[in-house]
Amino acid sequence: MRYDVTLPWWAWVLMGLGLAAFAAMVVVSVRRNRGVKRSLFAAPYTLWMIIFTIVPLIIIVYYALTDASGNFTLNNLRDFWDSNYSRRAGASSPAIQARLAARGMSNMEPLLYSLWMAFLCTVICLVLAYPTALFMADRRMKRASSLVILFVVPMWMNVTLRTYAMRILMVDDGPLINFLRLIGFADAQLMDTPTAVLIGMVYNFLPFMIFPIYTVLSKLDPALLEASSDLGASPGRSLIKVTMPLSIPGVVSGITMVFMPAVTTFTLNVMLGGSKRLMLGNLIEQTFTKQNNWNMGSAMSLVMMVLILISLTILRKADPNNEGGGL
Amino acid sequence: MTKTSRLFKWIYLIIILLFLYLPIAVMMIQSFNSGLSISKWEGFTFRWYENLFSGKEKSIVSALQVTLSVAVIATVVSTVLGTLGAIGIYGMKKRTQSVMMTLTNLPNTMPDIVTGVSLMLLFIFVAGGGSRGYFTMLLAHITFDTPYVILSVLPKLKQMNSHTYEAALDLGATPGYALRHVIIPECRQGIVTGAMLAFTLSIDDFTISYFTAGSKVQNLSMLIYSAARRHVDGTFYAVSTAMFVVLLILLLAVNKHTVSADS
Repeated sequence: MRYDVTLPWWAWVLMGLGLAAFAAMVVVSVRRNRGVKRSLFAAPYTLWMIIFTIVPLIIIVYYALTDASGNFTLNNLRDFWDSNYSRRAGASSPAIQARLAARGMSNMEPLLYSLWMAFLCTVICLVLAYPTALFMADRRMKRASSLVILFVVPMWMNVTLRTYAMRILMVDDGPLINFLRLIGFADAQLMDTPTAVLIGMVYNFLPFMIFPIYTVLSKLDPALLEASSDLGASPGRSLIKVTMPLSIPGVVSGITMVFMPAVTTFTLNVMLGGSKRLMLGNLIEQTFTKQNNWNMGSAMSLVMMVLILISLTILRKADPNNEGGGL
Repeated sequence: MTKTSRLFKWIYLIIILLFLYLPIAVMMIQSFNSGLSISKWEGFTFRWYENLFSGKEKSIVSALQVTLSVAVIATVVSTVLGTLGAIGIYGMKKRTQSVMMTLTNLPNTMPDIVTGVSLMLLFIFVAGGGSRGYFTMLLAHITFDTPYVILSVLPKLKQMNSHTYEAALDLGATPGYALRHVIIPECRQGIVTGAMLAFTLSIDDFTISYFTAGSKVQNLSMLIYSAARRHVDGTFYAVSTAMFVVLLILLLAVNKHTVSADS
């Protein structure tokens, strides 16, 4: 294994100076007598976050708004939306043009495909998760709430690991396909289809929908349901008129936590879909790693971030106090 | 509630649980299958585990070393950085505090792929294309771990009686002494939760490592990712099963800790 680090000497000097400054600040703020401000303790953290969060974002914006020779341009962003990009002469590097032409589509297609898959995934997760959360939070279901931990654990479980496990189940001579063939679907196939990607998404993100809805439902005052039934509402009517409206913050939080990672995933599509159809995440990954086009890749990342920020803002409106919790 | 409706609800919950755990169960069973085919059971074996622990699979052993050492170092650094950060943020004025909290929540709202890509650009920008490797991956891990430590420690500080710190100062303690003997003991549970969270997240991460580690270094997630498209033998099932069990124990420990810390 390699621990070798190939940094230029000045980077080492800079880092050394930075570390020394950190240490000095900490020592000074600890040693000094009382007049010292406690906020100084946050200095190393602030510095770290500026270097490793703010500066990288600035770099992304910089590359998104410049061309290969460093001049300011909006072409990267325009090219992203322009469906004739691949055919327009001199738009960008010949390599990308050739690739896009071979693929016969623009960036819009992966973007729409990502949004559509994420939308389907969110709807399916909501439909499956709502009853799950409802039944678990039901006070008359003894011991059901102790199951919560089982639904929570997968939230923190490695995505590649879980997708790998899902893949074992769906491969061509795997148990699921054999079962489907047994019950009459002779040409059943799952691997490398959008269905496989969708199943993988639902499998990976379902707990993120269950948990926030459960959190809100379990805090619901049971007196409200008693009151509604005392006033003559049937259980179904109580559910629609009382429980559901009050659980909206949880639903909103769940939608956020499922939709965001679903739109941005590229792992699932590679592991289950064979990258037959590109998603936005794959497009970004390939633009950086295969084509080495930082400008276009940064523009795509910027589009993705803006997309996420817009969705977050809309969703926050529906749950202003963040009652749904989230992570 | 009638008996049938209760039964129906239990069946529904069990089906969802089966959906969540069946793939992992199949993978675990497969790690003991001496045959290579997924649909045929050819007898029980420990061979894949022997392969794994004897160190014959060089790539797996080195991925394991990378994963664990990055997780340990990143946890230690981010816990120190995050704890000091939280104490500092807590001592700030309202206005600066809210700026700092936005900064802390920023990595949470950013998609992993954008975080990964932006860090990759930073590393290449500063130190050139060959710079990506173990060290840059470690820096990236510290970066995404630290906000979680802050978010675990800060609530504990807010619960604390702020006058104890001032009392310690009035009684002649230096800020450093007060920090070590008053503040840190008060928020110890938050620090431990944050550290455990950081460790788990670090072991768990794929996307950010993938972009920041370059092609020279692989952690376990990256190894599994690259193995998924190839036909692999049971050693990969064994390593995945082992990883699942370790993560499960970690997660249950974190959960137990947070639950007991909250009550």
